[in-house]
Amino acid sequence: MTAKSIPAGVTAVVRAFFWLPRSARAGVLILVVLVIVTLLAPLIAPHDPNAIDPTRVLAGPDLGHPFGADALGRDVFSRTVYALRTSLAIVFASVAVASLAALPLGTAAGYFGGWVDQVISRPLDMLLVLPALLLAITLIAIVGPGSIVAALAIALIYLPILARVQRAASLVVAHAGFVEGGRARGWSSFAVLRRHVVPNALGPLLVQAAILAGFAVQIEASLSFLGLGTQPPTPSLGLMLSEGRDVLTQAPWVEIFPGLAIAVIVLAFNLLGDGLRHRLDPQGMVS
Amino acid sequence: MTALLDVRGLVVTFPAPGSGLRRKRVHALSGVDLTLGRGHTHGLVGESGSGKSTLARCVLGLQRPDDGSVLFDGTEIVGLRGSALRDIRRRIQPVFQDPLGSLDPRWTVGRSVRESLDAYGVGSPPDRERRVRELLDLVGLSPDHADRHPVQLSGGQRQRVGIAAALASGPDLIVADEPVSALDVSVQAQILNLMARLQRDLGVAFLFVSHDLSVVEHVSDEVSVMYLGKIVETADRADLFANPVHPYTRALLDAVPIPEPDARLVHVPLSGDIPSPIDPPSGCRFHPRCPLRVDSCSRERPALTPVGTLNSADHTPHLVACPVVLPARP
Amino acid sequence: MLQIDDVRVRIPVKGGRWVEAVGGVTLAVGSGEIVGLVGESGCGKSTLGGAVMGLLPSGSQLSGQVLLDGRDLRGLTAEEYRQVRGNDIALVSQDPSASLDPTFAVGAQVAEAIRNHRDISRRAAREQAVELLRAVGIPDPAARYSDPPHRFSGGMKQRVVIAAALANDPSVLIADEPTTALDVTIQAQILHLLRDLTVRTGTGVLLITHDLGVVAQVCDRIAVMYAGQVVEQGTVRDVFADPLHPYTRALLDSQPAAHHRSGDLPVILGQVPDLTHPPAGCRFAARCARVHDRCTTAPPVVETQGGGRVACWLHDALPPVAQEVS
Repeated sequence: MTAKSIPAGVTAVVRAFFWLPRSARAGVLILVVLVIVTLLAPLIAPHDPNAIDPTRVLAGPDLGHPFGADALGRDVFSRTVYALRTSLAIVFASVAVASLAALPLGTAAGYFGGWVDQVISRPLDMLLVLPALLLAITLIAIVGPGSIVAALAIALIYLPILARVQRAASLVVAHAGFVEGGRARGWSSFAVLRRHVVPNALGPLLVQAAILAGFAVQIEASLSFLGLGTQPPTPSLGLMLSEGRDVLTQAPWVEIFPGLAIAVIVLAFNLLGDGLRHRLDPQGMVS
Repeated sequence: MTALLDVRGLVVTFPAPGSGLRRKRVHALSGVDLTLGRGHTHGLVGESGSGKSTLARCVLGLQRPDDGSVLFDGTEIVGLRGSALRDIRRRIQPVFQDPLGSLDPRWTVGRSVRESLDAYGVGSPPDRERRVRELLDLVGLSPDHADRHPVQLSGGQRQRVGIAAALASGPDLIVADEPVSALDVSVQAQILNLMARLQRDLGVAFLFVSHDLSVVEHVSDEVSVMYLGKIVETADRADLFANPVHPYTRALLDAVPIPEPDARLVHVPLSGDIPSPIDPPSGCRFHPRCPLRVDSCSRERPALTPVGTLNSADHTPHLVACPVVLPARP
Repeated sequence: MLQIDDVRVRIPVKGGRWVEAVGGVTLAVGSGEIVGLVGESGCGKSTLGGAVMGLLPSGSQLSGQVLLDGRDLRGLTAEEYRQVRGNDIALVSQDPSASLDPTFAVGAQVAEAIRNHRDISRRAAREQAVELLRAVGIPDPAARYSDPPHRFSGGMKQRVVIAAALANDPSVLIADEPTTALDVTIQAQILHLLRDLTVRTGTGVLLITHDLGVVAQVCDRIAVMYAGQVVEQGTVRDVFADPLHPYTRALLDSQPAAHHRSGDLPVILGQVPDLTHPPAGCRFAARCARVHDRCTTAPPVVETQGGGRVACWLHDALPPVAQEVS
C-alpha cells in the first residue's frame, strides 16, 4: 500500500506517535492496550463480574480464575477488566471536561489580562486553595455519589490547575509579535486567538492533562474507596481496593491485582506526560 | 505636501506593574505630535522608556490612547472599531523587531505572507498563492521559501518574510519597530537596502522606530527624538544631524560610538540614569540630567517651537522643545 | 597577560558531527590594554571567550595554548580553574541581571567575590566591596550596599557586575558584549568606566563585541573574527584607517554611519560557511569580491608594518607596508 492511499488522519497519528520520545511511546502503547481491553471486556472477561459464587469465596488463583475470587466468590480477573473500564472512563471524562473548560478560560485570562483575568482567575484560585478531596466530597454531598459525579468532582479539582497552566502559556504567546501582527493584518481578536494563540499555547495544557490523568485514577480510587464514587456492585478499581482491604491477610490477590492495575495506569500516563513535556513544554511551564 | 499621518497630542498611560488599589501609572506618551508625508520615512529615535514603541502601536491601532488624535489620510484612527478599523489596517502594516517572534513558528512562510490576503478575502486561493510568490520575489526570496518554516530561515531571511507579509495588503504606511536591531551589520545593510528600494518602487511611507541613530540617519527623511514620552526635537534628517539643538539630542548623538578611532569621546556625554516613566520628572522631562538647565526647567513643560532660519517652505520645520534655545553648531 | 596560541575549539553537534567554532586563533592581551574581538553572530568570538574562561559546552575539544601570565590554563583541573576564574581572569557578560543573584544584596555579592578567593574577615570584605562600588561609580555605595539587584537600573547593575569582576585584581577581564543590552547614553558611561579602570588597575580586557563603534571608541587593538578565525588584527588606528582584509573592509563599509544616505549600503553577499565542514582554503573566499585561485588553499598570515597581522593572499607578495587596496 502506498503512502497516498493511507488517510491523512492515520499518517498524522503515526507521525505523532513517532514524534514522541521512546518512553512516552511505551506509555501510549500501554494505554492503547488498556483501552482495547476495556472495549473488549465482554470478550476478555471469562466470567460475569457480578456473578456471586458461594463455593468460591476467597478462592486462590487458578487456571480458570487467574486472579482468584473475592469475598463473594466473584472472579477478580473479570472484575478487574470491568473496573478498568469504569475507572478509565471516569479518568478520560474528567480530564476532558476539565481541559475543555480550562482552554477558553485560561486563554481568555492570559490573552486579555486586566479585569477579564481577574474575573476568571480569582474564583479559580479559590477552588485551588481548597483541599482536593474536600472539594470532591462537598460536591458529592450535594449531588449524591456515583460515577458521573465522581468524574465531575475530579474535573472540578483539575479545572483551576489546567486553567492556570493555559493562562500562563497564553500570556507568553500573547506578547509574541505574530499575535499583534495577526490583528494588524486584519483579523479580529477572536480569530487571532483561534489561529495563533491557542495552537501555540496548547502544549503545556496537554502535558499537564496527561500528568493529571495519572493522578485522576488515584482520586477516583480514593473516592470509590470512601464509598463516594462508583457504587457497588459496579466494579471500579477503587471500590475493589476497598473490598480487598478487609481480606488482605487471607486473600491478598483481591487487593493486589486492582492495585497493580492502578499502578500501571499511573505509570502509563506519567510516561506519556513526561514525554509530552519533553517535546511541548521546553520552558518548564508545568510544574 | 498633504500629510499621510498626523498625530496630535497623543497621551498614553498604563497601570504600572504590580498590584494594589492605588496603582501608579506608566506615562508612556505625554502629548506627542508627529507628521509623516506620503512616501516619506520618519525616523523615531529614543532610549528605553521614551515611548517610541507605544507611539508605533497607537499608529497601528493596537493601543488605544487616553487622549489625542491619530489622523491617517484624513481619517481618525483613535476609537475606530470593527470593519472601519479593519479597512484602515489594510493600509498601515507593521514590521517587528524580532523576526523570529513576529512569525508564527507553526506556520509556513507562505501562510504568514498570505495572512492579510486571507483576512480580507483577496482573490481566489490560487490567486493568493501567486501573490505570495510575487511578494517573496519582491523581497529577494525564492518561491520555494513559501513551504519552509521560520526556524529553517536565517535572521535576515525571516525579516524579508516579515516585510513581504506587511506588503501583502498593499499598505501606504509601514510601521517598522526596530526592524534591523536583531540583525548583524552585514545583514542589516541588506534589509535597509531592501526597504529603501521598496520605498522607491512602491512609494510606501515608513515610520521607522529605532534606538540606533546611525540606522535612523541612514534611512530617514525626517527624524524625531523622543525622551520619556515626549518628542524633544523634530527636523529634517540632514538638519537634525548637522545642527542638533536640544541638549538631549546633542548628548545622544555624542554618545553613539562612531567607528572612527580618531573621534574618541573624551568625556561621558550624559551622566545619571534615565528616570522611570512611572514617576517622570516635573517640567522638562530631561532637566535632571541636563547640563544647561535653568530654574524654570523643573516647572515649565516646554512645547515644540520652531528654531533657526535654515528651513524653506518645503522643508519640515526644525522644532525643539527647549526654552534655552541654543545657537546652531557651526 | 593573556596569550592565546593557535586555539581550536570543536563542539559536538547532532549526528556525531563536530562544528569547528574556533579554528586556530592566536591573540594576546597585554596588561592595561583593551583588545576588541569583533565579528558577527556565530563567528566564534564568544566561544573563544568561553575557551579562555574554561567554560566550553560539555564534550568540546580544545587544542592549542591558553597562557595566563605564562601558565597554561588547559591542563587545569576543575577546582584549579575555579580558583583562576574570578581571581586571575574574570567575566562580564551581556545581561547583568543574569550575573547577579536577585535575592542577595549587591554589596554582599561583591564581598562574596572577594572572600571566595581571599581569606579576609567579613568586615574587611565589606569595606573593600564598598570601595569597589564607589570605584565603579555607584553613588552613595555604603547605603546602596544592602539593596537587592532589582533596585538598580540596567547600567547600575552592569557597574556592580564589573565591581565584582574586578574584586580580586584579575590580570585579564573578558567582557562579552558588556554594553549591548544598554541604552546608548548608558553604554557611553560603561565604556568610559572600562577605559578608566584599565588605565588605573592595569587589567587587560578582551572586549567581545559586534559593534565596530564600540571598538573604535575604547580599544587599543582589534581582532576581526570570521567563521572561527581571526582574519585581521592590529592597532585600532591602523585597522580602521586601512583595513587590509576584504572582510574587515566590507564590515566597515556596511556601517550605516559611513553612508549618509548616499544610496545603497554595500553588502556582503552569500552565507557564512558551514563549520561542520570548514572550507579548506580561506573561509571568506566564497563571499570575497577579490577571490582568486590561491584562496582555495589556506591563506597566509602576513605581518603588517604596524605589528598587526592579516590572513589574506592579497598581501602575501606585497611588502609589509600598509598598501592602499583600491
